[in-house]
Amino acid sequence: MKTIFKSFLVMVASALFLSSCAPTTANKETRGNAKGAIAGSAAEKVYVAPGEHDSHYAFISGGFSGQLSVYGLPSGRLFRVIPVFSQDPEKGYGYNEETKPMLMTSHGFVPWGDSHHPDISQTNGSVDGRWVFINENNTPRIARISLTTFETEEIIEIPNSAGNHSSSYVTENSEYVVAGTRFAVPFPQRDMSIKDMKGNFSGALSFLKIDKETGHMNIAFQIKMPGFNYDLSHPGRGKSHGWFFFSTYNTEEANTLLEVNASQNDKDFIAAINWKKIEAYVKNGGGKMMPAKYTHNLWDDDAHTATSTMKKQVLVVEPKDVPGAIYFLPTAKSPHGCDVDPTGEYIIGNGKLAAAMTVHSFTKMIKAIKDKAFDGEKYGIPVIKFEAVNYGILDQPGLGPLHTEFDTRGNGYTTFFISSEVVKWNIKDLKVIDRHPVYYSVGHLMIPGGNSRTPDDKYLVSMNKITKDRYLPTGPEVCQSAQLFDISGEKMELLLDFPTIGEPHYAAGIAADKIAANSQKIYKLSDNKHPFAAKSEAETKVVRKGNEIHIYMTMIRSHFSPDNIEGVKVGDKVFFHVTNLEQDYDVPHGISMIGANTSEMLIMPGRTSTIIWYPKEVGVWPFYCTDFCSALHQEMQGYIRVSPKGSNTPLTYTLDGDIPGEEE
Amino acid sequence: MKKSQLLMMVGAILLGALYLLPLWKITLLAPQYPEPLGLNIHITHLSDGVQFNDVKNIDLLNHYIGMAHLPTEENVAKKEVAPFIEFTIFPIVIGIMMLLGVIAGIKGNHKWYLYWLIAMVLLGIAGLTDFYLWLDSYGHNLDPNAILKITDPVTGKPMGYQPPFLGYKKLLNFEVYSFPESGAYFIVVGMLLSFVAYISGKKETK
Repeated sequence: MKTIFKSFLVMVASALFLSSCAPTTANKETRGNAKGAIAGSAAEKVYVAPGEHDSHYAFISGGFSGQLSVYGLPSGRLFRVIPVFSQDPEKGYGYNEETKPMLMTSHGFVPWGDSHHPDISQTNGSVDGRWVFINENNTPRIARISLTTFETEEIIEIPNSAGNHSSSYVTENSEYVVAGTRFAVPFPQRDMSIKDMKGNFSGALSFLKIDKETGHMNIAFQIKMPGFNYDLSHPGRGKSHGWFFFSTYNTEEANTLLEVNASQNDKDFIAAINWKKIEAYVKNGGGKMMPAKYTHNLWDDDAHTATSTMKKQVLVVEPKDVPGAIYFLPTAKSPHGCDVDPTGEYIIGNGKLAAAMTVHSFTKMIKAIKDKAFDGEKYGIPVIKFEAVNYGILDQPGLGPLHTEFDTRGNGYTTFFISSEVVKWNIKDLKVIDRHPVYYSVGHLMIPGGNSRTPDDKYLVSMNKITKDRYLPTGPEVCQSAQLFDISGEKMELLLDFPTIGEPHYAAGIAADKIAANSQKIYKLSDNKHPFAAKSEAETKVVRKGNEIHIYMTMIRSHFSPDNIEGVKVGDKVFFHVTNLEQDYDVPHGISMIGANTSEMLIMPGRTSTIIWYPKEVGVWPFYCTDFCSALHQEMQGYIRVSPKGSNTPLTYTLDGDIPGEEE
Repeated sequence: MKKSQLLMMVGAILLGALYLLPLWKITLLAPQYPEPLGLNIHITHLSDGVQFNDVKNIDLLNHYIGMAHLPTEENVAKKEVAPFIEFTIFPIVIGIMMLLGVIAGIKGNHKWYLYWLIAMVLLGIAGLTDFYLWLDSYGHNLDPNAILKITDPVTGKPMGYQPPFLGYKKLLNFEVYSFPESGAYFIVVGMLLSFVAYISGKKETK
C-alpha cells in the first residue's frame, strides 16, 4: 500500500513538473522577447508629442473595406479613411447625389469594392505627392485620389479583366498606371464551357495613360496576353525605364482546384513588356479597336459633382503583332511579388511556393534578347533561357516569400508569409543579413517611396494578415495590423504595432513635407459651380416642380436657411441642396433628415451637396446639423411640415419669420 | 534743389504708401485658432490680416457676443451697418497732406516743414482718438439679444469686448494683439524726414 502511495506521489509530482515546462501558449515567449527587444529607445522613436506632426504619411489599403486609410509614421495614428470603392455614410460618399456616379460600373451601381495596392504618382523617379492610385480587385477598377483634397477624383473600370490584382503601379514619370488581370477570362466575354479554358482564355494587361496636368486616366491600350494569372507587377526604372514586369502563376492554365493544378510547373514566368515599343506601335496606328463596355467616372471639383460615362470600345494589342516587345523570364514557382530595385537593374520574383528569390538582371535580359538566347516560346512570346537572364537565386531565405522592397544601400527586404518574418538581404551578394519575426503572417511590406528610384529608407511597415493574441480580443473577428521597423541600422528594429482597417494589402508612403503644405483647407465659395448652390442666404429658396421639391439651403454657424418649410406633401420627392457658407478651416456642417433612406451629408466649407428625402407621413419633421460645428451646434436645426397628399398648404420657407434675403 | 527740399518732398510722398498698405492690425489667437485671425485696417477698407476670409470669419465670431457688424463693403451694401465715414475722409486728408508737403518742399521754406509736421502730429492724435472711440463703441454697444451674455466678475456689469488700443488683451478665449502695421511706419518715417528737412533747412538758411 505504501509503495503504491509513494509511486502515485512520484507520478503526480513528475506530471506537475513536466506540465510546468510545457509552454502555456505557443508565442508567449517570442512575444516576450519582442517586448524585451523593443524596450526603451523604441518608445522614443515612435513618440510624436501632442501637437507635433509625424514625419511621413502612409496610405494603407483598406482591403475588403474598399477604402484607403491615411496614417502617420512613426506614430501609427489614423488620420482619415478616404472613401474610394465603398459607400461611406460618415461622409455621405456614395449616398449623396454628387458622389453616387463614382460607384457606377458596367454592372450598375456597385456599393462595395476590394481595394489593394496604392501607389503615389512620380516625377523623375521620385514620389511627388500629387495623386495616389489604387486598384479594386473584384469589379476591376482603378481610382485616382487627389492628395490636395484627399478625395477620390476619378474611377475607371477595366474591361476584359477579372480580379484586377497586378495593379495599380505607376511608371517613373507617371506616364502610365497599369492594371493587370488576375483571372484569365474569355476576351471578349462569351458563353463557353469552363473546361475549354486552356488556350481560349486571355489575360488583359491594361496601360492607362495619365494626363500630366489633370491626372485624368484613359485606357491607352490593352495587351491581350496568354490566359495565365497575372499576380503583381512593377515598372522598370532608371536604365529599365520603358519596361514593365508582371509576375504570372497558373501557367498550367488550370480552371479548377488551382491550389494543386496551378502548382505543377517548377517555373512560371515574369512577363517583361517594353511599353515604349508598344506605345510607338499604337501611335503609328497599331492595335485594334474592340467593342467593350466600361465606365469612366470623373469628379468635377468646381461643380462638386461626379459624372459617369459609359465607354464603348478599347484598343487591343496582340503580342504577336509587336515582335520584340514582350518576353517571358522563367521564375521559380508561382511568384507573387515582382519587384524592381531602385537602380532598375534587378527584377526580383518572390517565389511564393519555391522558398527562393529569383533575381533577374536587366542587363542580361537585354543581352539575351540581342543574342536570341531563347528557350522556345509560349503562345508566340519568346521565353528567355533561365541562365541567360538570371543573376542568381537566394535559396531558402525563409518560407513563402511574397514581396520585396528596397533601401538605397543595395539591400532587399522580403516578407515571408509562412515563416512569418521579414528578411533583409543583400542583392549583389545574395546573402541574408538579418531576419525579424512579425506577428503574424505578413503579406506586403512598405518602405516610403518603395516603388521609386529614391526610397526614403528609414522606416519599413509590414502588413500582417493575422493578429490572434496581439491586441485585446474583440470576439472572433480581430483586427489586422501593421508593424513599424526602423531599418536605418544594420539590424532591423521593431518599433510599433498598430491596427489597420480591413486587410492592408499594400501601402504607399511619402515624406510629409511633400504633401502637407499643399493640403487644401477650404473650398472657395466664389469657385463653387454647383448647379444647385446657394452662395448666400439671399439665394436660398424652395421650389416646387410637380411632385419634386428643391430646397436650396445654406448652413453657417449656427443655423440653416431656411429652417422652417411648409407645403411639402406626402408623396413628394424632396431634394436638399445644401451649401456650407463657411470659409474657415475645419468648420464642416452636417445635415440629416428624420427617416431619410440615405446617409447624412458632411459638407466642407464652400461645398454643396444633395440628398433626397421621401416624406411618407403627415406631421412636422425635424432636421439637424450632425457635426458639432460650434457652441450653438445643438441649436442648429429646423422643421419641415408635411401635409396630406392633395392638401392646399401653400409652399413657404422662412428664417426667423422672414423669407431669407428679403427686407424686413 | 536743396537737400532739405528733397527730404521734405520724399517725406510727404511716403504717405502715399497708405493707399497700398494697412495702417493697423488686430490679431486674434485662440485654442481653436492656432493660426491666428487677423484684421488689417487700411485708410480705405478692412482686409484679411492673416488668411483668406479673416474679416468675414471675425465678423461671424463677433455675432456670438452681439458685436456690431464690421464696416465691410458687403455689410454696408446689405445695410447691416452704416458706412464708415473715415474710409472716405482719410484718403482725402492723406492726399491733401501729401500735396501740401510737396508744395512746402517746392517752396523751400523750412518753417512750412515744421507746420506740416505739426499738422501731421495733430491729425495723428485725431486719428488715434477716433480709432480708440471706435474700439470702445464696438466693445460696448452690444446687441441686447446677443447669444452669449457674460458678466464681468469684477464690476458685475455686462462684459465689454473692447480690443486693446495698443498691445495685448485677453478677451474670452481670444488673445488679442493690436499694433501699427507697415503703413504706419511710412507715416513715421515721413514725419521724421520732414523734421530732418526742417533742421537742415534751418541750417541752410543760416
